Amino acid sequence: MFGLNKKDTRLMWIVITMVVFAPFILNPFPETSGMAQFNAGYPDLMQRFVIFGIFAIGFNILFGLTGYLSFGHAAFLGIGSYAAIWMMKLLTMNVIPAIIVSIVVAGLISLVIGWISLRRSGIYFSILTLCFAMMAYALAYSVLTPITGGETGLQPKLNDPRIFDAPLAAGASPKANLFGLQMGATYELKLGGWLFVINAGYYIAGLLMLAAFYLSIRIFRSPFGMMLRAVKSNQQRVNYTGLNSKPYTLAAFVISGMYAGLAGGLLVAMDTQAGAERMFWTASGEVVLMTILGGVGTLIGPVLGAGFIKYMENIVSKINSKVLHEWFAFLPDGMEDFLVAVFYPFVGKGWHLTLGLLFMMIVIFLPGGLMEGGQKIADKFRNKKKNDKDDSAQAAATPAE
Amino acid sequence: MELSEFIAQIVNGLDKGSAYALIALGLSLIFGTLGVVNFAHGALFMIGAFCAVTLNRILTWSHVVIDETKTDFLGNPLKVNVPYVNDWFGVETGAAIIDWSVPLAIVFSIPVMILVGIIMERGLIKHFYKRPHADQILVTFGLAIVLQEIIKFFYGANPIPIGAPAAFAGSFDFGTMFGFDPNTIIYPYWRIIYFFFAALIIGAVFAFLQFTTFGMVVRAGMADRETVGLLGINIDKRFTLMFGIAAAVAGLAGVMYAPINAPNYHMGMDFLVLSFVVVVVGGMGSLPGAVAAGFLLGILESFASMDTVLQVIPGINQVVIYLVAIIVILTMPRGLMGRKGVMEE
Repeated sequence: MFGLNKKDTRLMWIVITMVVFAPFILNPFPETSGMAQFNAGYPDLMQRFVIFGIFAIGFNILFGLTGYLSFGHAAFLGIGSYAAIWMMKLLTMNVIPAIIVSIVVAGLISLVIGWISLRRSGIYFSILTLCFAMMAYALAYSVLTPITGGETGLQPKLNDPRIFDAPLAAGASPKANLFGLQMGATYELKLGGWLFVINAGYYIAGLLMLAAFYLSIRIFRSPFGMMLRAVKSNQQRVNYTGLNSKPYTLAAFVISGMYAGLAGGLLVAMDTQAGAERMFWTASGEVVLMTILGGVGTLIGPVLGAGFIKYMENIVSKINSKVLHEWFAFLPDGMEDFLVAVFYPFVGKGWHLTLGLLFMMIVIFLPGGLMEGGQKIADKFRNKKKNDKDDSAQAAATPAE
Repeated sequence: MELSEFIAQIVNGLDKGSAYALIALGLSLIFGTLGVVNFAHGALFMIGAFCAVTLNRILTWSHVVIDETKTDFLGNPLKVNVPYVNDWFGVETGAAIIDWSVPLAIVFSIPVMILVGIIMERGLIKHFYKRPHADQILVTFGLAIVLQEIIKFFYGANPIPIGAPAAFAGSFDFGTMFGFDPNTIIYPYWRIIYFFFAALIIGAVFAFLQFTTFGMVVRAGMADRETVGLLGINIDKRFTLMFGIAAAVAGLAGVMYAPINAPNYHMGMDFLVLSFVVVVVGGMGSLPGAVAAGFLLGILESFASMDTVLQVIPGINQVVIYLVAIIVILTMPRGLMGRKGVMEE
């Protein structure tokens, strides 16, 4: 289907199903139950899942395929955000120009930064991208304040020009929309004890994520993707065969920059504000974490990683000591206090600790990320079945090691 | 620009430059010996600063005493916290010990930091020698997050101010020493001490490497690890100790920095990026390069924040380090003083 082979088509369908039914899948617990706090099916978080999914997919095209580790990708996200918010201030609250311009502007800037940074490789490339991103961050706070709003950031104001929009009705505030359909428009579906929230903004972002995901599959399977992989495994050899690898790596850099711009534009489309803190280097580090956690170089891994981190950031961080006491209430008092004391540092405000530990575990034991972990488990089960069936046949077939 | 202003800016750049130089020296030491890119080095700097906080807390450990001579506004006897050190050493000596807690923390932090460094190296870094640099960056980045979260759990998220000894409060008008007008070049005492302390540590590290047998073996190992190993020397053991020393250097930089900037849990991350830039500018694995680049960038930064410069190029003070780093990386493949053949790709 659409030029995908059978396996990729299946993957694509799985992702489509997940995105479409996310409001239901992510809300498995009834509203009134004690487990309701683990529900992730509210619009704000679901939007973040798909938007940071796009960011991570794009980053994976650069890091996963070419092996170039950029530590400054958040800059493109921030630049995309600023471009989008300016479109909303100047042209219209319709998200289409905002998103298109954010992609284009981020693409142009990443062309310049990539052209310079890709002169070096390895750690020098990482430091170069880091330097550019930190410069963008510092400038957004100081000299560029007229464009970026400095520390207050930017929001659409009542008296912005917005030349394509009809004047606002009295008392109305500017809201991001798609031809009149507001991003915040929601429909609440009540089924028994369950409450499902269907949100317009989420589905628009989700649609774009599906498009981004499809494009990334096509890139992975294309001759272009093959070239990028060749660069990763041995750039010197590529150069010796007479191929110039720079246009390929630069193209990958620009594509991933545009993905980041799209993510930035979508963030603005959802919450209509932009600030420089999105460009700080820890934000760049976060997308690295997402990609590695999920599985670098795999198709779906980065999306899973992004979802995982955003889930932890929003759900695990909400567990406080009171909640913990409720969980362990069935145990004897001393035991309860002990378990709460053991778990407390890892949840709530300490969720970063869990994240850091998990990340270290993954880098140490599972360099392929969650995807590799899943694959290993799946393989174990598969092998077991096979072993039961034709144990002797296999032993004969495999040569002595 | 007047000469006094010029000198004032150079002096201004020295204390930040000393911190950069000390952290970068440790980073380079680790990279040069073990070939590991340690993103957790900023966290070691931060742990050093919290060594000072911890010692201060230990020294001010108090018990409540009812002071009959004073009363509160209701006429009840006042309860006063009396640190145990006062009981043991007398009131005056006790107060002096608490006052000097930061310099005392130097002694306290060295064994702690060496231990932390050795545990880190044996427990984690050891397994990453053969992995690509990207993996080393990632795992130490994760470790940095974990370390700073542990500190945050025990000490909270707010900065903890901690004072330098009262003897070093105030500023020194050393422009007058060179015949300039008073109040043209003034500088806080503690920052002057920080500079000399940094110079001392840097000198000590170089002397250790240059003039001791241990240092000689380490230098030989840096040049050719395999051959040194074949000669029957256990180079791994020595490199592990070097990691501990590098951690101690970062920790000492942190201890002494505590009075300049109140320690908070993310101060390591703030310094990490800059010190990496410093290391790369100086040349990966080059110790003199790291020190020189540290001071150079510190001084450049202070020049860039002068009003006369800012009027010409607004905002340059925020970006000058990165700008210089980009130019150096692009034009000098090995940085300022990098060795030939080390990380030149």
